[in-house]
Amino acid sequence: MKLKTKDLLGLEYLSKEDIELILDTAVPFKQLFTRSIKKVPTLRGKTVALLFYEPSTRTRASFELASKRLSADTLNITVASSSVVKGESLIDTGKTLEAMKSDFVIIRHSMSGAAHVLARNISSHILNAGDGFHEHPTQGLLDMYTIRDKKGKIKGLKVVIVGDIMHSRVARSNIWGLTKLGAQVTVCAPPTLIPPDIQKTGVKISYNLDEALKDADVVNVLRLQLERQKENLLPSLREYTLLYGLDKNRLLKAKKNVLILHPGPMNRGVEITSDVADGPNAVINEQVTNGIAVRMAVLYLLSGQEGVKGGERINEKEQ
Amino acid sequence: MANKLLIKNGRVIDPSSRIDKITDVLVYNGKVVKLGKIRNSANTKIIDAKNKIVVPGIIDIHTHLREPGHEEEETIESGCKAAAAGGVTSVLCMANTHPVIDNQTAVEFILMKALNDGIVNVFPIGAVTKGSLGGELAEIGELKNAGVVAISDDGNPILNALVMRRALEYSKMFGIPVISHCEDNNLTKDGVMNEGYMSTLLGLRGIPKESEEVMVSRDIILANLTGGYLHIAHVSTKGTVELIRNAKKNGIKITAETCPHYFSLTDECVKTYDTNTKVRPPLRTKEDVEAIVQGLKDGTIDCIASDHAPHTQEEKNKEYDLAPFGMIGLETLLPVTITYLLKNKKLTLNQMITKLTSNPAKIFKLEGRGTLKPGSIADITLIDLHKEAIIEDFVSKSKNSPFLNWKLEGFPVTTIVNGKVVMDNGKIISK
Repeated sequence: MKLKTKDLLGLEYLSKEDIELILDTAVPFKQLFTRSIKKVPTLRGKTVALLFYEPSTRTRASFELASKRLSADTLNITVASSSVVKGESLIDTGKTLEAMKSDFVIIRHSMSGAAHVLARNISSHILNAGDGFHEHPTQGLLDMYTIRDKKGKIKGLKVVIVGDIMHSRVARSNIWGLTKLGAQVTVCAPPTLIPPDIQKTGVKISYNLDEALKDADVVNVLRLQLERQKENLLPSLREYTLLYGLDKNRLLKAKKNVLILHPGPMNRGVEITSDVADGPNAVINEQVTNGIAVRMAVLYLLSGQEGVKGGERINEKEQ
Repeated sequence: MANKLLIKNGRVIDPSSRIDKITDVLVYNGKVVKLGKIRNSANTKIIDAKNKIVVPGIIDIHTHLREPGHEEEETIESGCKAAAAGGVTSVLCMANTHPVIDNQTAVEFILMKALNDGIVNVFPIGAVTKGSLGGELAEIGELKNAGVVAISDDGNPILNALVMRRALEYSKMFGIPVISHCEDNNLTKDGVMNEGYMSTLLGLRGIPKESEEVMVSRDIILANLTGGYLHIAHVSTKGTVELIRNAKKNGIKITAETCPHYFSLTDECVKTYDTNTKVRPPLRTKEDVEAIVQGLKDGTIDCIASDHAPHTQEEKNKEYDLAPFGMIGLETLLPVTITYLLKNKKLTLNQMITKLTSNPAKIFKLEGRGTLKPGSIADITLIDLHKEAIIEDFVSKSKNSPFLNWKLEGFPVTTIVNGKVVMDNGKIISK
């Protein structure tokens, strides 16, 4: 089976089958990491340009490693030291990368729809590495990979996403992906951080984390942007932590084997305490490892190659 | 060339004189002379209007011609050509140019330019406040004397309620409406599209409907207080329609306009992040579209205007957040209105023409226009209601239209301004 799309702009645009194909294809790539030579020649001769308009540690490093482990050449555009500071537009920068024969352009941008603008204007494969509040599809995929890896399935699981849903691209990609694969998703935040009509995507809304936690199988804790307080969306960080911070006491109310995810970077002591982040329920570091495998799968599939089918079964056997 | 013009065998519709029949119109020296069966005579230019409708020249009460200041987007010359192409014979141009039209000299500049370069009539709108900054009142008396037909700080709301009160109060003596761009900037904040399910999906900041409605409510209350003449620009929400309907019921001096994009498009159009859909107020929902159509039907909304807002490709071909608000509309005003209101049987032909001709002329006191009564100025538009075409290019300097590549039905075929043909079969006849 092949992926029927040129770009990866968001999980909204992928079918359940496409998402499963990516997750399945990531499984053998992850197995590669246990070898001493973690590299395959699949994308030899291909060029991957990383165009990051926003600061990023893990996504950028993860895409770079994923490209390198597929033997592609990578090109890093650091916006702060590029022509962008001279006023070059996104489209012109994209066209420059296209003219350099970049097969893939991976873009991170603070504005929603930036990846769409690029996809409309240049012929390289566009991978959205996060656009504004819109989507961060590979984060959604790696979260799903991690959940499936640990729980053996996604269908029927109760997943709580807690935090600034309004301004979160991670939340949106998670919602699309998880609901397509049959999970029951609850978003949990104060009303000021819940975007309008979000329930139309098929999620439940909760303002009370303690209640939402009760029967949760998975909790995905979002990073709280510290500037939200200035926008009057929260009275104080202290109050946010009081109501929505995940600490040891709160965790006691959840199922024993509840899985704790966080996309990073963490504000330790704000949305999550260290004892939870470093505790036995958290899989935050595994998310990072899985991220590379998932991104390898995406690059591999977007280049037009045949994927693997039936990863879910492979997983179940492993357990 | 003969200054006699005979428009033959068209279906003549003139709401101001309750005429709707197949007949001829004779124009002489820039005036409508006679309606009825008229024989050809020498030195008369004949226009065959068979199977066409012949209506008073379309009056677009809300345009941005951008000159002075943003001639790269539009000029008075190019904007007038776009109007002619769209069957529009008169435009009211907004004051938010650079510099702002807040003094006599600026008004005279517009009128002089229009006289020299314009092929349609241009009626300037003056600013309400100096620099349109929402503070001190502009010299409204001087503006009126110089020739403005209304005052407006359009592009921006007048946030200070006291300033709005004074504007409504003071302008009363001149008998000109205050056109209000109703928006609470605090509620809009940095929103770029309608707040709702679509803004949630797209991750774009929303502008709630209430941002408009809060200000409409306030202005209605102030109009009641002052007895001033309030005209609400670009109605976009169901709530606004209801507020205006009630205000009219209560006898408040209020009129309103909407634009074709508010009865034809919804926020679903933003889905591809096409910045040609970025407009203020933003495209709303199906529910709002239906309410606006209802408001047009029952007379709550008096006029249909384009809110023609040109922007260059360079400005628009950007990230959604960065692109400016606005879409052009002069050339799609008629086809979109005909396709969405007439063809869908939402409005009668007579209602539609009223909202594009006689109502605007009445509200802004455009003497001798918006009518085909003998003796009136010969501004006439010929429309082919059955002509289908795909919108492929524009006469306007700017191309920022969400209707690009759309197939529409019902186009102007001839535009006559002051007795002179300025557009015929899509061809612009310049000065």
